[in-house]
Amino acid sequence: MPSLTLAAQLLHVLAAGLLMISFAMLAQRRTRRLIVLLAWQGTVLTASTLLVATTAHLPHLYYSAALTLVEKVFLMPWILLRLMRRLGIEGDSDPLVNIPSMMLVGLGLVIFAFGLAQPISSLATTVTRQTLGIAMAVILLAFLMMIARHKAVTQVIGFLAMENGLFFAATSTTYGMPMVIELGIALDLLVGVFIFGIFFFQIREQFDSLDLHQLEALKED
Amino acid sequence: MNAFAFLGQLAGVVLVVALAPVLAGWVAQCRAWLQNRSAPPLLQPYRSVRKLFRKDAALATYASPLFRAAPYVVFAAMAMAAAIIPSVTTDLPMARVADAIALVGLFATARVFIALAAMDIGSVFGSMGARREMMIGFLAEPALLMVLFNVFLMFGSTALPTVVEGSLSMSGLVLHPSLAFAGVAFVMVLLAENARIPIDNPGTHLEVTMIHEAMVLEYSARHLALIEWASWLKLLNYACIGFALFVPWGIAPHKAGPLVLLLAVALLVIKLAVAGAVLAVIETVSAKLRIFRAPEFLSMAFLLAVLGLLVHLLLQS
Repeated sequence: MPSLTLAAQLLHVLAAGLLMISFAMLAQRRTRRLIVLLAWQGTVLTASTLLVATTAHLPHLYYSAALTLVEKVFLMPWILLRLMRRLGIEGDSDPLVNIPSMMLVGLGLVIFAFGLAQPISSLATTVTRQTLGIAMAVILLAFLMMIARHKAVTQVIGFLAMENGLFFAATSTTYGMPMVIELGIALDLLVGVFIFGIFFFQIREQFDSLDLHQLEALKED
Repeated sequence: MNAFAFLGQLAGVVLVVALAPVLAGWVAQCRAWLQNRSAPPLLQPYRSVRKLFRKDAALATYASPLFRAAPYVVFAAMAMAAAIIPSVTTDLPMARVADAIALVGLFATARVFIALAAMDIGSVFGSMGARREMMIGFLAEPALLMVLFNVFLMFGSTALPTVVEGSLSMSGLVLHPSLAFAGVAFVMVLLAENARIPIDNPGTHLEVTMIHEAMVLEYSARHLALIEWASWLKLLNYACIGFALFVPWGIAPHKAGPLVLLLAVALLVIKLAVAGAVLAVIETVSAKLRIFRAPEFLSMAFLLAVLGLLVHLLLQS
């Protein structure tokens, strides 16, 4: 077994935690708990960014860790919870999710992502290159969640989880993106969540439900 | 390998068999405290066993010899399993014959016999319980094997004593993310296999929710005592497997002195006390799942264990 530094091992543990949270999100029916899981994912992401910042001595990563903490752990879950309260769907859940088959598809995706990342990460030089596979798996699992879920709120949560995966890929494999880009993405996400909120109200106005499958049906009258 | 080692192993088995009712009593006590009830005494399982052994066994008219043999087979299988799990020391002469895959087989043997005995009488509850038990079993067993493979992959052996010695000899702090996955999966399998709350309620008297209780409804007296004892022993065996896989510190290595062995016993008791309290907390905070949610629960466990394998292959390559 190659001897890794403690920091790299900790990063591996955090990456594994991220993957575990992704699967928990895939299996979670209640929307409120999904938002809590999203906040936890943000927390793990903050910790991993801080870890990379301290080990690689990159001061700009401290800023992005702070940004992650504020935006992904507190602000966004708070906005989503408030939206749910105002929409009156606090106890909402997606009952039609077939969890065992989702799990199996998710497992296939993880194998695919790991296989895909292997040749790429062998070219990289950073200590943490092996986590690219996990980051890709997190992205694909969030995709799967967006595809499989029916409700608008859960799809937005899937979208945010996907962004978390992308962010993790960026910090762990290339020590983060330039600050301008990160600020831009953070702002985009925030605006995106606001716009989604407006969409939620519009969709509910039109269809009396947030089930997106109703958007697929043609209008009869 | 000598006679002394065999005697030591026998003493270990006796110790574990004797500790099993205490663990069950401890878990019941913790649960009672958490639920603001007055707790039964720690040795209550012993008292009920003594009471049951004194009674006369009542058998159904159409009970076959299988029905009468099953409690002994189940108890013997659990005692055998205790003999190959390194709970106090890794110096187990009998463990060379059977590795951990055989251990899973022993658990399966016990399960099949108790299910057959439950169906033997022909009562509705018995066969319902047996069918449910087999459903849980066939889902939990692959998950347990995958958890074990996680650790076997790390140390290149399927024998639990070798695994324990391997992880004891590891120097320095090495974090294994894959073990986190395996650990969570193992706890889920433990809950399912030992008829614990998210899957089955050990204290239930409500027919619709029973699994284990439904199977042993027809048993009485010494047969019931043996079956109950075997189920406590099963819980303790699972706990010891968990210690061997995830927290092996304190298990005495080969050719250890008597002082080290005593220390190992003391540590085992402490670990069991902690594990029992944690189990009681898990059981108190979680609600029982509908029986049709059990496959979801166990497929989650299987999946976590397989993820552990994948993560191990990705990160340690």
